[in-house]
Amino acid sequence: MAMARAGSGWGPRARALVRRLRSGDEIAHLVTFLFAGSILLIVGLLLNELWVNSALARHKFGWSFFFTRVWDPVFEQFGALPFIFGTLVTSALALLIAVPVGLGAAIFLAELAPPRISDTLAFLLDLLAAVPSVIYGLIGIFTVVPLLREYVEPFLKATLGFLPLFQGPAYGVGFLAAGVLLAVMIVPFIISVSREVLLAVPREQREAALALGATRWEATWKVVVPFARAGIFGSIFLALARALGETMAVTMVIGNAPQIAASLFAPGYSIAAVIANEFTEATGDLYLHALVELGLVLFLLTFVLNGLARLLILLTARRGGAHA
Amino acid sequence: MRKILSVLLAGVLLFPLCLAGADALLVNGAGATFPYPIYSKWFDEYHKKFPDIQINYQSIGSGGGIRQVLAGTVDFGATDGPMTDEQLSQAKTKILHFPTVLGAAVPTYNIPGVTGELNFTPEALAGIFLGKITKWSDPAIAGANRGVNLPAADIVVIHRSDGSGTTYIWTDYLCKVSEEWKTRVGKGASPNWPVGLGGKGNEGVTGLVKQTPNSIGYVELIYAVQNNLPYGRVRNSSGTFVKADLASVTAAAAGAAKTMPDDFRVSITDPPGKSAYPIASFTWLLIPSEFQDAKKREVLVGFLRWMLTEGQKHAAPLAYAPLPKEVVDKEMKALAQIR
Repeated sequence: MAMARAGSGWGPRARALVRRLRSGDEIAHLVTFLFAGSILLIVGLLLNELWVNSALARHKFGWSFFFTRVWDPVFEQFGALPFIFGTLVTSALALLIAVPVGLGAAIFLAELAPPRISDTLAFLLDLLAAVPSVIYGLIGIFTVVPLLREYVEPFLKATLGFLPLFQGPAYGVGFLAAGVLLAVMIVPFIISVSREVLLAVPREQREAALALGATRWEATWKVVVPFARAGIFGSIFLALARALGETMAVTMVIGNAPQIAASLFAPGYSIAAVIANEFTEATGDLYLHALVELGLVLFLLTFVLNGLARLLILLTARRGGAHA
Repeated sequence: MRKILSVLLAGVLLFPLCLAGADALLVNGAGATFPYPIYSKWFDEYHKKFPDIQINYQSIGSGGGIRQVLAGTVDFGATDGPMTDEQLSQAKTKILHFPTVLGAAVPTYNIPGVTGELNFTPEALAGIFLGKITKWSDPAIAGANRGVNLPAADIVVIHRSDGSGTTYIWTDYLCKVSEEWKTRVGKGASPNWPVGLGGKGNEGVTGLVKQTPNSIGYVELIYAVQNNLPYGRVRNSSGTFVKADLASVTAAAAGAAKTMPDDFRVSITDPPGKSAYPIASFTWLLIPSEFQDAKKREVLVGFLRWMLTEGQKHAAPLAYAPLPKEVVDKEMKALAQIR
């Protein structure tokens, strides 16, 4: 960029450039620009690899790849629908559980708890966020799944069994187990980031609300939280991205059956899980390309969901008006 | 401070060079995970015997092994299922199969109240995994287990979710005993299962079976032996119910040895022989028939010769069934094809 600006008329411009280079600004600009540019480069390379290495599957199945329910490596019939379904259902379930819990905890920690408790809990949260997913998966297999099978699923069946969501045999493993486990895994992200954002809301905002006669809860819920909305949404997207891409823990509890079922008790499958499970033993070229195309689908899915989420922020910010 | 740092950095950067500097001849291979314990034992023993030879093996899976040996990025590959004709036709130099040891898959189950070993007929196994036999008390199962009080509970089928050689053996067997399985599901490392839940790895299947009442799954024989899992007998082609162990698995290979094709690509599931366990298979090394580098060729031929003789003694302690003598003799002759 510096070069382009120095392009017309040497002499004084060049000297100015040298001066600026010496002061370090231009170098810092260039270096940071390159680092930022590397993000684009990585995304570009990733897309290119996924696109090139899925060519066979794309040509053979076309758009029907998205709507086909069969995944049969033996007879080389590949469709992504059960995996897309599984990924979306488990992630949605995880958000459904994790967002209220995470947001509530973040508000308590940022607004209501004494600083010492808040800081200690924040430290523990960061520990939780660093637990490897295979550990969560093992906890899932040995604790969550038996609990679901023995107590939670029979209870849900007895009380809400008239809904198709809670019917069928209770294996323990399935969409529900994966959703619950994912929720546990992403809650720390939501709490940790939301707490920081809430803490960053200027004091004046709270004081102004209180001065107008708002109660402490009203000040928090009607002023502070809307003010921090963009950051809170950011924490939820981060959590969603993790849920969409989570592999190990999900495959250990989801049951790994590529099917679409109305019941949350039924076993399912997610995109990331099937790639991890089948990639190493995928012998045929078409099979391999179909798996890479699943990667492409996951990429697009994340892209679209993130785009929608950003749109949501824009819309609510415009309507809300309180947003800085 | 800065000096110390730069010395440390240099040390870290140069460390790999020191390791490689021993002038060892390096041969690289990749492939199947199932025989990894015995392969790493062999390569280690061979390195102790010939310190200037180092054979590296990465257990990246059979699919990866086949792809890498086709692409020529490794000197040899390894697989649990033989390469297809189509895959072989993609090879630049002809690729040879060499059986190394034998593995088997066994049915393991968890039925409350049943502690003894169950007998399974081929029809019962195919019916269960096709989802046609849904209760433990079904006559197809109960008929072979007189005196065992089987519950009228629903069977929960557990299979491997990750692509695996064990699944290949299991489905290869079901293809041979059930026409419906052959046309509907077929054989492969990860088929489209008609019913059931998937567990990741032997440990995943075992975990699900142990936890889920009235379930049945299948695991590698080695895994079942090492973890003391209960597993059932399977009826072989001569009508005997056989429990899988090293002797019955080797017997399966001996039964098939007479009809062994010259390229060793043979399935030995459901073999003839009274004492043969029917759900067993070879695992293979994939060796290119031509080497540019004469030294590497010598190393690999030398290793194969050692593996077929002395190396076989290491198999049994690790619970792999050694090759029968007929197969070893045939492989010894085939070594001449490597040029």
